[in-house]
Amino acid sequence: MKRNVVSKNLVLLALFVVGMTSALGAQTLLGAGATFPAPAYTKMFDEYYKLTGVKVNYQGIGSSGGLKNIQDRVVDFGGTDSFIKDADFSKYPGQVVHIPTVIGAIVVTYNLPGNPKLRLTGEVVADIYLGKITKWNDKAIADLNPGVKLPNLAIMPVYRSDGSGTTFNFTAYLSAVSAEWKSKVGNANSVSWPAGQGAAQNAGVAGVVKQAQGTIGYVELAYANQNNMAVASIKNSSGNWIDPTLASTSAAAAGAIPADTRIVLVNTDAKEGYPISSLTWLVVYREQNYGNRSREQAEQLAKLLWWMIHDGQQYVTALDYAPLPPPAVKAAEAIVKSITYNGQALIK
Amino acid sequence: MNDRRFNVLLGFAAMVVVFIFAGFLFTLVVQSLPAAKQEGVAFLYGAEWNPVTTRFGALPFIIGTLMTSAIALIIAIPLSLSAGIVMGEYVGSGWGRSVLNTLINVLASIPSVVFGLWGIEVVIPLVRSLATSVGAPPYGAGILSASLVLAIMIIPYMSSMTREALVNVPAGLREGAFALGLTKQEVITGIALPFAKKSIFAGILLSLGRALGETMAVTMLIGNATRIPTSLFSLGNTLASVIASQFNEAASDVHRSAMMGLALILFIITMIAGWFGRTLMRKRMGAYGE
Repeated sequence: MKRNVVSKNLVLLALFVVGMTSALGAQTLLGAGATFPAPAYTKMFDEYYKLTGVKVNYQGIGSSGGLKNIQDRVVDFGGTDSFIKDADFSKYPGQVVHIPTVIGAIVVTYNLPGNPKLRLTGEVVADIYLGKITKWNDKAIADLNPGVKLPNLAIMPVYRSDGSGTTFNFTAYLSAVSAEWKSKVGNANSVSWPAGQGAAQNAGVAGVVKQAQGTIGYVELAYANQNNMAVASIKNSSGNWIDPTLASTSAAAAGAIPADTRIVLVNTDAKEGYPISSLTWLVVYREQNYGNRSREQAEQLAKLLWWMIHDGQQYVTALDYAPLPPPAVKAAEAIVKSITYNGQALIK
Repeated sequence: MNDRRFNVLLGFAAMVVVFIFAGFLFTLVVQSLPAAKQEGVAFLYGAEWNPVTTRFGALPFIIGTLMTSAIALIIAIPLSLSAGIVMGEYVGSGWGRSVLNTLINVLASIPSVVFGLWGIEVVIPLVRSLATSVGAPPYGAGILSASLVLAIMIIPYMSSMTREALVNVPAGLREGAFALGLTKQEVITGIALPFAKKSIFAGILLSLGRALGETMAVTMLIGNATRIPTSLFSLGNTLASVIASQFNEAASDVHRSAMMGLALILFIITMIAGWFGRTLMRKRMGAYGE
């Protein structure tokens, strides 16, 4: 008798588990990729869950990992800080589209006695990271900062030791402004640094810069703000000195955006734009009927993307990400509308 | 269970170990082939590691690995032997022994990320002020910081092995030596240590293996620079730390493959160190003790 009760309970339990997992299957979206926007995504997905009951699970495994996952079709969407190059599209089993989500700024931060406000140009930052400018009172820095008393202190550049989209965009900027950087070092998630020290993640770089005087580093805006670190004004391509703020970051994308939104924002020609800004994207397949995907799953995904580029944007500024400016939203709308299931648009 | 079944079960379990080892080696070799094909033997002595131009040479990391492990051993051996002798010979019983044992065990079980954090907060500032006073670049992070923390991490292993080795010296030997009028110090240096040296050496080997492969703490402290270290204050990278840093976001397939190659090199270095140590032990120290 007792045994019967136990087995009955087991059956019920099994049914319950099966029921739960199938419910989860219908209401869960899976994504993976870039760590840079991960805090913004976590916040957005949390709000989205409260609103719709749809759970979105995002793993910050890095941009390359996110693209590999979407290539292998094991996630609904991949996140990446650097868009897919033309030559690489053939690696994907279907046509993929990029949906921009937020804009991030990379700030140049430093630790000097008294932490004076500094102005730096991209060329000077490149020369520092090339190991050509080695003292803080170097003429190149002094000329940009008349009236600032610069110490006779060795410059210790700090970089990200882990491969990261932040490094990709930072080196993209240095490559854009310095021919020597472009030919000697180049632009990638991890590069061969001619000078300086590596530290893991934004937090590691921020930690080293905070700990030692004479250091200079690059971190995402959020880290510099949260840690009250000194940040440099950077001269943009229009010749204006721009402080990294959410407004100047957003402004970097206010210019012309190509229809597929694949644009390198660094060294932007927008007049008030901060020059080390970057878009970050979600990558999905345009035709959603692949594998065993249901129409419902595809619809959930399209709705989520639509929400992220509209209502979701209100949550990102609190986390120091810049929202998409109107032209970028417009381009993103057209892309989300082009996502189909069996050739039929999911959002009209 | 009859004998036959028991033997089959044992044999099967043993085979699993062999298969895992072979599969492990096979994966590393196969996955590192693309990088090996591209770089050839230069993979072993090339000094450039550049994901952008996809040139990959492992020399800076091989040197970084050997250098940090060697310095860690040089620091840890005298300290561990002393601690082991104290525990094995002087506080053989009572609360002193249990306090020391507990401390050593706790030290051995601290996760390496905690050692890394402690290194960042304590060791790096100390090394930085040392570097400043001798005129070296005041990074703080680097070979010395990593080696110091590595040394502290391996001391528990080395000192417990030393203690165990000394405790296992037959009481008869000791009593005989004392009966002949030897002092405590003479018994330790003349009788106990020579008898136990083989086990002590095995402890050092075990610690070396751990130091070669330690990843987390070293990655946090070594400064992550792809350059051949030239001094104690140089920044560097070890085989393990560069894999930990770059594998997740490998820029290309050959970059990923090159890191598999690094793993293979680390694997081989660890095996050579173990084999070399065992051979030395057999040739120089005889089969048992002296």
